[in-house]
Parts: sequence; structure tokens; C-alpha cells
Amino acid sequence: MREEINVETDVAVNNVKISAKDVQVFYGDNHAIKDVTVEIEDKTVTAFIGPSGCGKSTFLRCINRMNDTIDVCRVVGDIRIDGENIYDPKIDPVQLRAKVGMVFQKPNPFPKSIYDNVAYGPRIHGLARNKAELDEIVERSLRSGAIWDEVKDRLHAPGTGLSGGQQQRLCIARAIATEPNVLLMDEPCSALDPIATAQVEELIDELRRSYSVVIVTHSMQQAARVSQKTAFFHLGSLVEYGETSAIFTNPIDPRTESYITGRIG
Amino acid sequence: MDGGGMPVFWVVAVIFVVSVVGFITGRARALQSAAGDARRLHSLPIYYGSNVALWAIVPAAAALIVWLLMQPMFVNSKVIETLPASLLDGGSSIGLVMSDVRRVAEGLDVAVAQGALSRDAAASIGSSSVNIRDFLGSIGVALGSDVSPEVVDAAQLYRGLNATGSTLMSWIVLAISVLGAAYAYGRSNADFRARNVVERGALGLLIGAASIAIVTTIGILFALLFNTIEFFKLYPATEFFFGTNWSPSFSGRGGLSELGVLPLLWGTFYISFIAMLVAVPIGLFSAIYLSEYASSRVRSVAKPLIEILAGIPTIVYGLFALLTVGPLLVSMFGKDTLNWMQGGTAVMTAGLVMGIMLIPFVSSLSDDIINAVPQALREGSYGLGATQSETIRLVILPAALPGIVGAILLAASRAIGETMIVVLGAGAAARLSMNPFDAMTTITAKIVSQLTGDADFSSPEALVAFALGMTLFALTLGLNVFALFIVRKYREQYD
Ligand SMILES: Nc1ncnc2c1ncn2[C@@H]1O[C@H](COP(=O)(O)OP(=O)(O)O)[C@@H](O)[C@H]1O
Ligand SMILES: [Mg+2]
Repeated sequence: MREEINVETDVAVNNVKISAKDVQVFYGDNHAIKDVTVEIEDKTVTAFIGPSGCGKSTFLRCINRMNDTIDVCRVVGDIRIDGENIYDPKIDPVQLRAKVGMVFQKPNPFPKSIYDNVAYGPRIHGLARNKAELDEIVERSLRSGAIWDEVKDRLHAPGTGLSGGQQQRLCIARAIATEPNVLLMDEPCSALDPIATAQVEELIDELRRSYSVVIVTHSMQQAARVSQKTAFFHLGSLVEYGETSAIFTNPIDPRTESYITGRIG
Repeated sequence: MDGGGMPVFWVVAVIFVVSVVGFITGRARALQSAAGDARRLHSLPIYYGSNVALWAIVPAAAALIVWLLMQPMFVNSKVIETLPASLLDGGSSIGLVMSDVRRVAEGLDVAVAQGALSRDAAASIGSSSVNIRDFLGSIGVALGSDVSPEVVDAAQLYRGLNATGSTLMSWIVLAISVLGAAYAYGRSNADFRARNVVERGALGLLIGAASIAIVTTIGILFALLFNTIEFFKLYPATEFFFGTNWSPSFSGRGGLSELGVLPLLWGTFYISFIAMLVAVPIGLFSAIYLSEYASSRVRSVAKPLIEILAGIPTIVYGLFALLTVGPLLVSMFGKDTLNWMQGGTAVMTAGLVMGIMLIPFVSSLSDDIINAVPQALREGSYGLGATQSETIRLVILPAALPGIVGAILLAASRAIGETMIVVLGAGAAARLSMNPFDAMTTITAKIVSQLTGDADFSSPEALVAFALGMTLFALTLGLNVFALFIVRKYREQYD
């Protein structure tokens, strides 16, 4: 079944949000990311594709310094968001992560109410001055997460009681609530059924208006459907990066071509 | 009793041999019926063998157990029937006479076993002129009083019945074993579904094991219950439950005992409370450090070290309380300084040491529970810009709470049941006092002191131990039920 490739035309405005230069990542002696240089645009969905184990997640987790929580992991190189080096000693990784939201492979709502899940970030960062403001942030985030209508009558029910797709949208709303300007998503649909996947993909398309979205996916159809830019990783290197339509119709590197044809051809 | 020991051993040994032989022949017969081709059998050959072995063991073992349970009752009632009324005149009860009878019978068995008496001489000892009490005393069986001829006759009847019973039992049980094996052997052919039978046998074995656990618990409970009821016949329940004074007198010296449980309950709660005050924060915080912050190298050293604490026998903690903590506390709060504390034994001493004893329980249980919180929740929290301690406080501990509460309640029921530390650290004075530097005592410590020495199990002073045990049991049961309730409640909410 060949999906129609979504040719996006509105990526002409080229304002760079994230720029990485010569990034190396080591897990102990394992050289997991080699010399990756890439510029990711604002208000764009960028997809990372590639065979499993090629370092997509590792590179994604460099962008919000989640790799700092792994003892053996060492990152070398230069990653800038809005021109500011995020590995600069004066940057607090904890603060950074509030500005660079992350959504994980498996929906991971906290064992708390739906409301408390979304209010978690705003509370720890002191974003609301009073209850009314917090209520407003929660509602706005849940609306942006395209789940408000489904949960507005049960905000105080546990978030773990929702269906998988709802949980994942709740996690997206939770990430949005801290007012990030970048959203990182690591295979956000791989644990969801096709209907929930479609809903989340629709949401990702919405999010592009306000955020720079980076999504790791193992499904090339998904990359084609939701992204404007695609990066193909292989064995820790960035092999090819460009317009999604170009990558899928006219890949330059033979490795990209064999990967793409091997899967969808 | 002793006489039955050897036959039972031999009966079991022979059943075992029958089952081994049954296994081998049953397997062989099944194979033979399939003309040596194992693929034509319904089940693997080993199942045919196991089937025969099961039939050799299970019915025979069941019969053996039932017989062993029934024989003493049967023999007792037979012997009691023949006791002349004159024996019971002197105000002694049937129970006392029967225990004399059993003792003489056992003594004679011992004499035969040691070779001090021939079998015939033992059977006719009542008619000879030997003083039985002196004679049995010389071989190490002490009797409380001289033995009347009626008791000797009863003892001989007792021995005779037991001997016949054991012989009968051996033959019947062996016959059942052989018949069972033969029956199963007869059915060992290619079409027989031996695998299904063995499956049912395995199920039965598991059910049997579970039943033994349950039945013993119930048995212990009933033993406690009957003796408690016995106690409440001699001593009013209201005075036991609401009495504020604990001063047992020694029966026979006149004066009535006051056996109010409240001072003991208070001591139990007070000491446990202080112990939990020490153990919960320290145990929990060390668990959090070990599971969330410590590098794997630190953890690999620190965890076993903490677990060593759990392996120290409580008597050693008791010594520590008596020799170190008590004197230390006296030097801090005693007459030379604040004068709050009169002696080394106090609620505080026992509570502190008991708290130290409980640290590893709280910490290793909490550690497991915290580790069981999915890594995904931690990442989710870090991903939202939370620090490590915010993540622990707001996500991990709430998620782990039901388990941690369970661990704490488990530690509490250990604290309530602890004895040695109390005996050595808190003293023996039953007292209702608010001062944590006073000596007090607990239910368990008093159970020990009521039963040490010559306990006469018909006096309220000894029987009260069962009522105390029952109270303790009810307390810890309540605590466990409460723990389960909390765990369930949170489960429903969050899973
Ligand atoms: N926490 C970790 N510790 C050590 N090695 C890791 C860790 N996470 C990933 N790796 C290694 O880094 C490489 C890239 O992994 P990953 O980024 O997860 O790949 P992908 O997401 O593309 O499937 C793999 O070789 C993997 O074994
Ligand atoms: Mg991955």
C-alpha cells in the first residue's frame, strides 16, 4: 500500500531553531553518534528516520540534554537553540528541559489526576500566580493537545485510566503546558492503534503552527505524512537531510534509497 | 509414641521401594504394550511410571496419616473406659491420671529399648515386687508420685493397644500401597492417558501443600482461642481488657492477681511508636539515596552492609540496648543532668534500638518498591524540567506510596511482636506513663515472664499468656488487613 506523499510547500521561510555542529555521542566506548551536523527549522516538523539502533533517540535526547541523566553517556560538539549553546556551563539542563518538551515512545502519564498531570510542569516552574491561572493553563494545554473535549468532565480522574491514544495526547498536553518552543517526540505512535495514531498525527500537524517539532519514527509513511523535513540516520551518522518530498522521491545517497525502497517499495 | 517411631519409618521406606519398583515396571509395561515404540504411547513413558508410583504412594500415605491421627484418640478412650472409679476419687482428674499412665508406659518402652528390661519382664512388671517409680527413675524417667497398681495395669493396656495398632497399621498401609501399585500397573497400556493423571496428581500435591499451611494456621489459632476462653472462665474479660493494673500474684501464696492488659498495650504501642519514628525516616531516606542517587558502585557496597543489620539476632540488639544505649541515655538524661531518667532500661532505650533493628526492613523493602516504579515516569518528569528531588517527591514517592505504607506496616507488626530488645532494654515494669524515659514493658515480654519457671497451666496467671497472645495476634492481623486495604485502594486508583 503506497501512501500518497504529502508535498508541503510552506517551508520556504528558512529560520533556524536548532543547529547542531559536529556532534559526537559516546556511551562508554560505544561511539553512538558520529559527526552529526544539522539545522532544524522553526515551525516545522522534522522527522528522524533510520534502522533501529542507528542513534535517532540518542541524538534527539541530546537536544534537551536528557542524556545527562545517563552516567556513561558523553556528548561532544556544539548544539544551539536560538543561537545559544545549550551545552554551555551556564545553562541549567533542568531549565532547558522545560523549554524543550519531550514526548516518549510509551505514553507515561503520572499516576495522578488528568489535571495534576498537566499542572505538574507549571507548578514546579511557578508559571501560574493563582488557581484560576493554573486552571486556564491546564485548559489551554489540553485544548492544544486535542483532548480537552474528551476529558473536560473528568479532570480529576486518574490519567492512567485513559486509553493509550488519549494518554499520549495527555502527555503532549503536559509537555505543552510548560510553554516550550521545541517539542521532541520519540516514536510517539509506536504503542498506539491506527485510529489513535491518526489522531496524534493530526495533532502534530496542528502543533507545527506554534512549535518546532522533531519526531523520531520507524514508519516511513508516518514521516511522509507529518513532516516537512526528514533526516536519515545510519550507523550513528546523518546520511541525508532535506525536504521530505525530496528524500522520499529522489534520494541522493544510495543508503537512503535502499532503506526507503527496502521498506515501502 | 516411641514404639511407633520405627514402624512408621520402615513403612515409609517400604512404600518408597514399592513406588520405585512400580515406576520401573509400569513404564516398562506401557512400552511393551506399544511394542517398544514410545511414539505409539498416549503419554511419554515417564508418565506411566509416575502414575504407578503415585498410586503406590498417595492412598497409602493418606491412610498412614489418618491412622496416626486416630490411633492415640482410640487408645486413650479405650484405656479411660477401663480405669477403675477408685482412681478418680482422690480429686484428681482423668487428664492427670492419663498423663501418669502415659508416662509409665513410655518409661517401660524406654527401659525395653535400653535393654534394662526384657520384653516379657516389662509386660509382667506390675505383678513383680519392683518399685516402679525407683526403677524408672534409675533409667532417667522421673515420675511425680508413686504408681498405683491400677495405673500400671492401665499402662500395660496402653502399651498393648499401641503395639497392636502399630502392627495392624503397618500391614494395612503396605497392602494399600501394593494394591494401588498393582491397580495402576494393570492400566499401564498404550491408550491410557497417564499424562493427565499425573497432571492431576501434581495439582493435588500443590493443593496439599497449600492446605497444610492453612490448616496449621487455623490449628494454632484454635489452640490460642480455646486457652483464651479457658482463661476468661477464670478471670473476667472486662477486667482483662479494661484493667489499668498489671500485678500477677503467684498462685498458692494468697492474694488475687490483677491482670489488666492496658499497661502492656500502652508499653507496646509506645515502644513501637518510637521505633517507627527512628526506622521510617532513616530507612526511607536511605532507600531513596540508594535507589535514586547512589552510583552502582556505592550501591553494591552499601546495600549488603545495610542488609547485614537485618541478620543480627535480636538478642544482640538487646545487649546493645542494655550495655550501650541505656547507659548513654542515662548519662544524657539521668540524675546528673536533667533527672528525667531513673535507670538504663526505658521506653526510649528499647524504642531507639528497635528502630535501628527495623531500618534494614524499611529500607530494603522501600528500595525494591522504589526501583519498581517505571523508569518512564522518571524520564517524563525530568523531561518536564523537574529536578531529581522534585521527581522523587512529586512522582516517585506518590507512585510508590501504597507499597511503602505496606512496608511500614510490616515493620510495625515486627516492632509489636519483638521481645528480646524489650526484655533487656525496657525493663519489666508494667506501667501507664507518658514519660518515655520510664521503664515499661510489652505484651510479648510479659508472655515470656508468665510462662518461665514452673507454670501451672490451670491458673489464670499462666493462661493469661494465651489471652495476651490472642490480643497480639488480633493486633497484627488488624494491622496487616489495614495494610492490604490501603494497598488495594491505591491500586484501584492508579493502575
Ligand atoms: N542508555 C544507553 N546506554 C548505553 N548504550 C546505549 C544507551 N542507549 C542507547 N545506546 C546505544 O546507542 C546506540 C543508538 O541507540 P538509539 O539511539 O536508542 O537508537 P535508535 O533510537 O535509533 O533505535 C545503540 O547502539 C545503543 O545500543
Ligand atoms: Mg529509539
